[in-house]
Amino acid sequence: MSTQIEQETETEESADESVTEPPVESPGDRRRQQKRERASRLDEQRRVEEEVSEDEETVSLKIFRYDPEVEGKEEPRFDDFTVPFHKGMTVLDALIYARDHYDSSLTFRHSCRQAVCGSDALFINGRQRLACKTQIGDLDSGTVRIEPLPHQAVVKDLVVDMEHFYDQMEAVEPYFDADDLPDDELEEQYQSRENREKVKMSTRCIWCGACTSSCNIAAGDNEYLGPAAINKAYRFAMDEREGEQRKQDRLRIVEQEHGVWRCQTQFSCTEVCPKDIPLTEHIQELKREAIKNNLKFW
Amino acid sequence: MSQSFNRGTVEDFGRWREFSAGMWAWIFHKFTGWVLVGYLFTHIAVLSTATQGAELYNGTLQGLEALLIVRFLEVGLLAVAVFHILNGLRLLFVDLGVGLESQDKSFYASLVLTGAIVVASIPTFLGGKLV
Ligand code: HEM
Ligand code: SF4
Ligand code: FES
Repeated sequence: MSTQIEQETETEESADESVTEPPVESPGDRRRQQKRERASRLDEQRRVEEEVSEDEETVSLKIFRYDPEVEGKEEPRFDDFTVPFHKGMTVLDALIYARDHYDSSLTFRHSCRQAVCGSDALFINGRQRLACKTQIGDLDSGTVRIEPLPHQAVVKDLVVDMEHFYDQMEAVEPYFDADDLPDDELEEQYQSRENREKVKMSTRCIWCGACTSSCNIAAGDNEYLGPAAINKAYRFAMDEREGEQRKQDRLRIVEQEHGVWRCQTQFSCTEVCPKDIPLTEHIQELKREAIKNNLKFW
Repeated sequence: MSQSFNRGTVEDFGRWREFSAGMWAWIFHKFTGWVLVGYLFTHIAVLSTATQGAELYNGTLQGLEALLIVRFLEVGLLAVAVFHILNGLRLLFVDLGVGLESQDKSFYASLVLTGAIVVASIPTFLGGKLV
């Protein structure tokens, strides 16, 4: 618009007053000019605003709902929510928005929002993921489908009962327990660099339960220790500072009937672990360790 | 866990679309293994006709080979056996802890190789005249 007007004035000038000196700008001219500019600026601003709100991106959520304590909600169902999208938005951000703006009864666990506490492992678009570590932009489909972790009892909405998972974790005695302690109790117990590298990945577990939830075997066998617990056992069995006797105890725990031998190397745990722990690799190594331990050639 | 609240479509094998390479490999391996066990019985039954004389044995085999469906079943048996062997080798490496990062690629390679071998075998199995 503004460029057109300027062009017009220019041609008028050159036609009428081509010989005389440039016209003196009257205050009225200046005011009108300013007004035109302001109007076009406002136009521009309005246009931009409209554009933004028109394609203000939104994302639709399909969320599993279930509440056994409220009449009319005992039947599981899916609720749809549409929330505004912004770059870098995580699934957890979207859940929080939906809860804070639409339905304060929407229930899910979260705490650290940075993949550290392990409380928001959910079944998102058909896969176990941490909601806080999953950016919506990285998901393939337009709607985000959010369900509680499969193979665990649902308490309410997206909250599952983690008790059994914790029991399995405790079953492998997940704490450092050396055969011999240094004489001075406060003395540091050093670990070699190589040994630290060996257990490094296994120490990263945040007890989120994604792996165990993804495992077909764990789904069918409640007593199976599961990938997370076996990985915990690996972390300490491979720690050279604990000593031979403790290692034997630990191997006895993992080689029991519902221990490492249940693993059928489907790799589903390794694929979903948000901390990239090579779970199958660790389970396989414990299997070999258990065999080597029991082989006798004499 | 297994006695957990039934969430209908949320759980279990109904979600096969969401399975990944390693899970398919497991299912196919179980399936092919048991088909091979089944074939073993058929195999023994057919071969033991030889104990009743050469004529019966030849007659049985010729009779079977004259059926188009048997020709197709043979192609299927080859497919099942080849996949089981190739994926069996893959599982061997997995058990040895070798190349675990490529477990999905080796599964796809088993599938492709099985396909290629089966296609190459079709002239042999289906080519002969149906008497
Ligand atoms: C060169 C040939 C073969 C190789 C390399 C092979 C390899 C394997 C391996 C490694 C497994 C282990 C699966 C696991 O880790 O859970 C397996 C399972 C199995 N194989 Fe084979 N196999 C071969 C031939 C056969 C034959 C001829 C039969 C049938 C008579 C057969 C029947 C089975 C069955 C039924 C299973 C599943 C067992 C289960 O339920 O866990 N295999 N095979
Ligand atoms: S091993 Fe990985 S997926 Fe399993 S509980 Fe630990 S962090 Fe979660
Ligand atoms: S909120 Fe802590 S891991 Fe996601």
